[in-house]
Amino acid sequence: MTDAAIDAVHPDQQAPIRLSGRHISKSFGSARVLFDVSIDLRAGEVHALLGENGAGKSTLVKILSGYHQPSSGELFLDQAPVEFLDSESGENHGVILIHQELNLAEQLTVEENIFLGREIKRGWFLDKAAMRHEAKKLLDQLQCDIDPRTRIRDLPVSDRQMVEIAKALSKKADILILDEPTAVLTGREVEILFDQIKRLRKQGVAILYISHKLDEIKDIADRVTVLRDGCLITTQPVAGLEKDDMARLMVGRDIKQMFPDREPSHAADVVLSVRDVCVDGQVRDASFDLRRGEVLGFAGIVGAGRTALMEAIIGLREKSAGQIERNGAPIQINSLQDAKKYGIAYLTKDRKGSGLLLNMEMRPNLTLLALEKFGRVIIDRKAEEAALEAAIEAFDIRAADRKSKVGDFSGGNQQKLLLAKVMETDPDIVIIDEPTRGIDIGTKSQIYHFIGDLTNRGKSVILLSSEMPEMLGLSDRIAVMAAGCITGILEGNDRNEHEIMRHATGISGKQGVSVHE
Amino acid sequence: MSSLERNEASISKTSSSFNIDFKALGPFLALVGLFILGTAINEAFLSSGNLSNIFTRAAFIGIIAVGATFVITAGGIDLSVGSMAAFISGAMIVVMNTLVATLGAGVETVLIGVLVSILLGIAAGAINGLVSTKGKIEAFIVTLGTMGIYRSLVTYMADGGTLSLDFGVRGVYRPIYYGDVLGIPVPVLVFFAVAVAGYVLLNMTPFGRKCFAIGSNEQVARYSAIHVDRVKTLTYVIQGLCVSLATIIYVPRLGSASSSTGVLWELEAIAAVIIGGTMLKGGYGRIWGTVVGAIMLTTIGNILNLTDAISNYLNGAVQGLIIIVAVFLQRGDWRRKKSK
Repeated sequence: MTDAAIDAVHPDQQAPIRLSGRHISKSFGSARVLFDVSIDLRAGEVHALLGENGAGKSTLVKILSGYHQPSSGELFLDQAPVEFLDSESGENHGVILIHQELNLAEQLTVEENIFLGREIKRGWFLDKAAMRHEAKKLLDQLQCDIDPRTRIRDLPVSDRQMVEIAKALSKKADILILDEPTAVLTGREVEILFDQIKRLRKQGVAILYISHKLDEIKDIADRVTVLRDGCLITTQPVAGLEKDDMARLMVGRDIKQMFPDREPSHAADVVLSVRDVCVDGQVRDASFDLRRGEVLGFAGIVGAGRTALMEAIIGLREKSAGQIERNGAPIQINSLQDAKKYGIAYLTKDRKGSGLLLNMEMRPNLTLLALEKFGRVIIDRKAEEAALEAAIEAFDIRAADRKSKVGDFSGGNQQKLLLAKVMETDPDIVIIDEPTRGIDIGTKSQIYHFIGDLTNRGKSVILLSSEMPEMLGLSDRIAVMAAGCITGILEGNDRNEHEIMRHATGISGKQGVSVHE
Repeated sequence: MSSLERNEASISKTSSSFNIDFKALGPFLALVGLFILGTAINEAFLSSGNLSNIFTRAAFIGIIAVGATFVITAGGIDLSVGSMAAFISGAMIVVMNTLVATLGAGVETVLIGVLVSILLGIAAGAINGLVSTKGKIEAFIVTLGTMGIYRSLVTYMADGGTLSLDFGVRGVYRPIYYGDVLGIPVPVLVFFAVAVAGYVLLNMTPFGRKCFAIGSNEQVARYSAIHVDRVKTLTYVIQGLCVSLATIIYVPRLGSASSSTGVLWELEAIAAVIIGGTMLKGGYGRIWGTVVGAIMLTTIGNILNLTDAISNYLNGAVQGLIIIVAVFLQRGDWRRKKSK
């Protein structure tokens, strides 16, 4: 057990309350997203904020840090009423929010970003040496080995996160709000982050921490506040709460069955057969068969070539070699339009960048991929509305207002909408890339059951996922890729974490030949 | 699946129909304001002669701007339209003058001239579209280049001077600009027809939907099985076609073309589009806004003609001011909505 967890057993209840929100409500247009929520942040405490996607967590922290104004309710700083007109006035009071989507200027260097808007000057000019020195010191504190002169666009996401934290530290944050900071970090980086959080806590910083990862909350948090559908469910010490308890508080019910019951179909027809597909520099000689009604998982470390292989199959990427057969007949797929014709659909992992038009409402998003179904000359709006109605029902999309832009939706609702969009083409084969990234446990389970329903209706699913539980919980067979090659297809009892890791790292199975020659 | 807290907020879906969309109404309100101002300055403003004059003049820029609405909505830009109009005018005049010798100054000559104009418009638009999509060059650069090319072609054809249409042909062709149907000038009718067709195409067809999608996020459009290059090229073809229609109406008005024909029309067309509420970065376009924008620009010039308070030479300055204010107001409106 980590020392954080030991600390957490005796949270200092007497520590002074630094920032509190009382009876906070918030509406966007006609949609109410927060109902009378109160929360206290104490000095030297890590306070976790827990809730499903769309529960109102992000809205609450944006109100606490001045990005939004509450529709009603008040903020108190050190027991005195306070009003943050904007995020800058929040920051001037020492309240700093680190966003889920990082806010760094990609073209600027690390040091320029850290001191953006607060540059150290000597006379009229920038004191670059001093800024570099300070930046280096901050990064050293975080045990982060980045050259302050590196441009942000050249850094991996995890390093960018560290830069954000360094920036917050440099602003002398004494109330620090972290919105899902670990979503993009590796295990080692999470440890460093937690060390920093503990150090800040010791210095008396009040920390509010949003995460979906219940393990982390057990590890690091002293108290937890749970929101559900915009309402405060509870605030209580983490000690004595089990993960299951937290999940139940979040979802409002027991998640009895995370994964759907499915009957694996060993003898079904092969609907798609991929032979010796190569993509220059990324995939070599990939072959596999997909059967009717099965979920074929694709596991592997990042960069193993899984996405490249799938994009080659559906015509978004050029194949340098290989054949594809559909129901035993050879087919040519050179574009996504071809793939659609053959009943193959692809659900991108990048729902914001390539999945949905964030500045538009749900209706045009839903029908975009299957537009010809709604009229070749004139689009039939009534049919579109009906399709939206059906999709909202079938995929349980919980949108406050149908006219609001999908960019304002929670990740879970976006993912459901994306799934609905792809299913409008009525495909027989669905390739799903990272279906539950950044999504809460309740919605995850729903999406797993949607996938189960697809296979029960005779459709076939290829599942790409970095999350081991969903890979094991959903897949009938698991193909593992390493360095551009399929190193093995695991069935039956071989479908376990140990075998997957052995194949993914190239210890066993067909050797991953280097394709970067 | 949770039936407990299922979508209670869906009740709110009807509420949006009660909201008046001020953003959409903005340009209309501004135009009404201008008309009230015009009437206050000079009662002759509302005379049918003056109004018909305003709408006829607005027709040129307006027809071109309808095409520009497609290009801009799909995330592109076309700077070449003014030069293209000059080039097409010049080519039409040369073709028709040449045909007088064989066909005489009759309707056939004019029809062939019109056909040439349409083919050239389509071709010029297709060149802009194909070079920018297939060549993967920014539309701004491509059309900046073709802007220079079309402009110098007309200068070359006119040998640095002015191309004049044969007087006989001019007589036959004249009704296209000066004629009317039931008292409505032909250019206004064409403008209206183009606007209606543009509205239907942009707002009600799959093609229009694809323009919106490409303009808001090309990557998403590509992942939605949209032929992005084809749709984008088509928007430039539509633009070329609109330029050609505007030219067909314009040629009988002056009966000539020179290197100064259509100068700065591209900026007026883009200004009309932006005043109308279409987003310059793409993803959102409004044909009726564009129509109103074109009429506004012409109305400003007209009002300045009717008053001595501001010199007519400051027309450009007033137009520039209106463009900036219009965009500022739209953005202000948008901000308020967002933070409500």
